[in-house]
Amino acid sequence: MKDFFVARLKDLLPTLFGISLISFFIIRMIPGDPVLLLLGERGADPVVYQEMKKELGLDKPMASQYVPYLGNALRGDFGKSIISKREVSEEFWDRFPATLELGLAALFFAAVIGIPLGIISAIKKGSFLDFFFMTTSLVGYSMPIFWWGLILIMIFSVGFGLTPVSGRIDIFYEVPTITGFYLIDTLINPTLLKEEGLAPFFSAIDHLILPALAMGTIPLAVLARMTRSSMLEVLDEDYMRTATAKGLPPFRVIMIHGFRNALIPIITVMGLLFGSIVTGAILTETIFSWPGIGKWLVASINARDYPVIQGGVLFIASLIVFINLSIDFLSKIINPRLRSDDL
Amino acid sequence: MSFPQNTLRFHWFLPRILLASTLILLSCSLKRRDNQSFIYCSEGSPSSFNPQIFTDGTSNNASSHTIFERLVAFKYGSVEIIPSLAESFDISEDRLTYTFHLRKDVPFHANDRFTPTRLFNSKDVLFSINRMLNKDHPYHKVSGGSYEYFVAMGMNKAIRSLKAPDLHTVVMTLSSPDASFLANLAMPFMSIHSQEYAEALLKNKEQERIDQYPIGTGPFVFKNYSKDSVIRYKVNLDYWGEKPSLKRMAFSITTDASVRFQKLKTMECHFINSPSPADLEAIKREPHLKLEEGFGLNVGYLAMNTEKKPFNNPKVRRAISLALNKKSYIKAIYLDQAIPAKNPLPPTIWSYHDELKELEYNPQKAKALLKEAGLPQGFSAELWTLPVSRPYNPNGKKMGEMMQADLRKVGIDIKLVSYEWPTYLKKTSQGEHQMVQLGWSGDNGDPSNFLNVLLSCDGVTSGSNSARWCHPQFDQLLKDALLTSDIKERTRLYKRAQEIFREELPWVPLAHSKVFRAMNKKVHGYKMDPLGGDIFRTISLKKDSTQ
Repeated sequence: MKDFFVARLKDLLPTLFGISLISFFIIRMIPGDPVLLLLGERGADPVVYQEMKKELGLDKPMASQYVPYLGNALRGDFGKSIISKREVSEEFWDRFPATLELGLAALFFAAVIGIPLGIISAIKKGSFLDFFFMTTSLVGYSMPIFWWGLILIMIFSVGFGLTPVSGRIDIFYEVPTITGFYLIDTLINPTLLKEEGLAPFFSAIDHLILPALAMGTIPLAVLARMTRSSMLEVLDEDYMRTATAKGLPPFRVIMIHGFRNALIPIITVMGLLFGSIVTGAILTETIFSWPGIGKWLVASINARDYPVIQGGVLFIASLIVFINLSIDFLSKIINPRLRSDDL
Repeated sequence: MSFPQNTLRFHWFLPRILLASTLILLSCSLKRRDNQSFIYCSEGSPSSFNPQIFTDGTSNNASSHTIFERLVAFKYGSVEIIPSLAESFDISEDRLTYTFHLRKDVPFHANDRFTPTRLFNSKDVLFSINRMLNKDHPYHKVSGGSYEYFVAMGMNKAIRSLKAPDLHTVVMTLSSPDASFLANLAMPFMSIHSQEYAEALLKNKEQERIDQYPIGTGPFVFKNYSKDSVIRYKVNLDYWGEKPSLKRMAFSITTDASVRFQKLKTMECHFINSPSPADLEAIKREPHLKLEEGFGLNVGYLAMNTEKKPFNNPKVRRAISLALNKKSYIKAIYLDQAIPAKNPLPPTIWSYHDELKELEYNPQKAKALLKEAGLPQGFSAELWTLPVSRPYNPNGKKMGEMMQADLRKVGIDIKLVSYEWPTYLKKTSQGEHQMVQLGWSGDNGDPSNFLNVLLSCDGVTSGSNSARWCHPQFDQLLKDALLTSDIKERTRLYKRAQEIFREELPWVPLAHSKVFRAMNKKVHGYKMDPLGGDIFRTISLKKDSTQ
């Protein structure tokens, strides 16, 4: 286990170094100049332009910009945003809880609906229900999120008036940040509870429903299909037949003997899906005006805010790497057979 | 392996429970709306709450038009200059010295960490301007320390000295007379900040807070800002001017235009900025919504490099103007959300020469003029197409293709060229082009902000005059107009300048784009700002008969 940990860490460092290198140079290679974007048409004045470029340290060759950046990043200093002039790490942690909250809600939705659908499809293999669920999940998997998000808004918000169009909470509720998760902060703040009761909590749930639905649709489809195939494999095992022969109730056979054994690939997929949910938040956050890291990165790319893009990409990449690492660990813990292998 | 039918029973509990709990949650949520809480769906997050540092409209709407005020102001809905924090001002005869007499009844806002102990006075004016002017000022380097608009408008060179003889008087001396100086003072970057607040922050070494938790004198007090989500304000109960009828206001940051429209429809916001052109018809059809339109303070144009042959010949320039079918561009490129331009100034600016006829489209006449200019066979030239989308030209490439087709009809063979935006600007300012698409959005509503920047002889040197056209008589008129503050006289001079422009046509003015604002019919008292801002100090929410 120790060797495994050391070997994974050895893989980690070059990956993160590579990401820092790519994010640094690629953003500088794409057309667009942060100074000109800041100055607008007035950037045509070469004196002002040069002054500004010097101030931002963008007048130096790329390599001379990269070395100090990497040194500072290793010390945890990712620089300041060109636009807001605030620390990149501070900006990241301001927004990350929003993305995490939405990601968890989306995954919860995907798991709660997707896994039962997969189990039912597996049990009823070849039936109309199986065909229907799997076709629907294929449609869900192929759904462009941007379009799907707008359709959800049109149906639930504009059509039926059931949910708000966008945002994270009713605009006039002020939720002081404690954890950054509104579902928690609205319940643990005594002042807010005293003044508004549970209304802010319900408002936060209201606002979470549509984006979680939009964001969770693809993971739901993946989970449903994954659960189905994993369950089908397990259902044919001898121990399942034995359990049924013993006279155990079918529910118990499926859930305890079947589903538990089918869970390992599902957990692995869920971990990977969570990574892609958090990093793929860009579209959902843009449609639903969700103030998370996806929206933040899009705005920064449009403004060519180099320090934010570099820092943001590195944070997200690290997150993905750590999620993968955790899944590897978790798989080893869940599946004793994996423990015997070195790697 | 198969299972009995009742295996599935457990499954139906879950959706039922989920559906029931969702419906309970939805019905529990309360929406609190009254006629004193206004919600503006804005198109983006502000870059900062200090208009000295940032110049974009989104930041100005969130700070300059709500929290801050300046010595002088633009009258709401126009570009006329009126006193604001200065109750009056005198201008010396040589037009070099401006003396401002400050109001004595203006309090600054308070926040949870600062309560002002004094009213606004000249120390605040000196602090605000010196922060930008003086590189040794303790606040100069705070939040990046660049004041590009202040520099770009030439204020760092224009102000020779700044003094405060007493607490209620400020004297500014200029390097040379400049009739647009007052208009510059009314611009967002000249907002007045509290010197007392700055000192308190300096003591605690928290200087950056001045731009994150702003303190101003305006009609709205900044409450808080949730990043990329919402900005909240409350009304300034001690406001010296007419108090807004609203109690509170929130900016709901909604970047997607179609989502903004949906929020307006579901009454989650009262007012939206920049509706998508595709939604305009739908907005008009909604019974509880209204749409207001105005002209942007901008002009899109095709400049011809008058230093290069054959564009040094006014006949050739006129022929090109005659050959271009602007109305077709308005339809195809601007989707009818613009009007054809005939002058270098937009129609919303004072001194616009409306008596001049429209520039006609007449390819036959164009051919005849080319013949007169000694080019009966036409000629070949490069036309640079705008590489970015701008309100004054949303699609430079497509417009270039249409221009190419129009000019081919009169025998001019056009090669379309484009560069990446910074290169495009750089090469244009160095005069490397023959014909180039460009445009300008006005800053302060003063005609000099268009004519001097884009068409003066100084502009040839600085690179902002992309026609590289230096006409002594025209240039003299611009200079004379800056020496007087008599609007009538300035109008006369600028109108004469526009007549010379028409005779010479260094560029073909193409279009002035329209701007739209959509709002709930409850919103009353809103006026379109010719400078493009969204200003809500005078609005009120009233019950509409259709609701």
